[in-house]
Amino acid sequence: MSSGFSARSGGGVIAEFEAAEVSILRSLVSQVLGLVAPGETSDDPLERALGIGDARTPSDPVLARLFPSAYQDPEEAAEFRRYTEATLRDGKRADAQTMLDTAEPGRRELTPEQAQAWLRALNDVRLALGTKLEVTEEIHDVIATMSEDDPRYPAYVTYDWLTFLQDSLVRALW
Amino acid sequence: MVNVGSTAPIAVERPSSDVRPDLPWVTIVWNDPVNLMSYVTYVFQTVFGYTREKAEKLMLDVHHKGKAVVSSGTREEMERDVQILHSYGLWATVQPDSIK
Repeated sequence: MSSGFSARSGGGVIAEFEAAEVSILRSLVSQVLGLVAPGETSDDPLERALGIGDARTPSDPVLARLFPSAYQDPEEAAEFRRYTEATLRDGKRADAQTMLDTAEPGRRELTPEQAQAWLRALNDVRLALGTKLEVTEEIHDVIATMSEDDPRYPAYVTYDWLTFLQDSLVRALW
Repeated sequence: MVNVGSTAPIAVERPSSDVRPDLPWVTIVWNDPVNLMSYVTYVFQTVFGYTREKAEKLMLDVHHKGKAVVSSGTREEMERDVQILHSYGLWATVQPDSIK
């Protein structure tokens, strides 16, 4: 069985996974969900109601990549982040939750909306793992020449598989 | 960006015609080693409604030059574009068109 995605007539995609693959996907997306905690908002009730949150760039490199600065100027970046990051966090959490709710072994149809959520959530997992592994654009050469005994090997192979899945999903949606 | 599969992209060198003088702010997308070339092209098509050809050209500009202007407009419009691009995991920033 070839796992991945294929186009579905009438929109959306068909996802096909083996049970072991679903376990890996669920585990990875759960880790992202754990990392992307609900936005920390201010103690001020009005600011909290408006979703106004922390203006600081995340110190964790993975979070800094998932929530990049929108301005090169630090002050403008902080102001933008204060008003937008909580919403962005909610969106990423919702996408990850959709993936968790719909990832299952075998063949399953995903609606266009679910497929978009998968697309973004899968990419967030790749961004998180890619940042951790400090991947470069030469990732394929690195994997091709890496010994299977290398302690990094399983993580790199998983990353490579996620890359294949992401590309498969894009092509099913095109 | 990373390419998957055997179809090598064709390098296109054309001056950008995406910036209008009456639209003083721009959204810039920066190259990164994780996002796929196919994915970035698809996101430009989906978010901006660009044709596949235009989206691919912008993707290649990002890939080869390190960054590209992907849209222009008012500051508010560009901030909205950046927020959507961040939801897709692209590395995007806003700036006045005057900064080079």
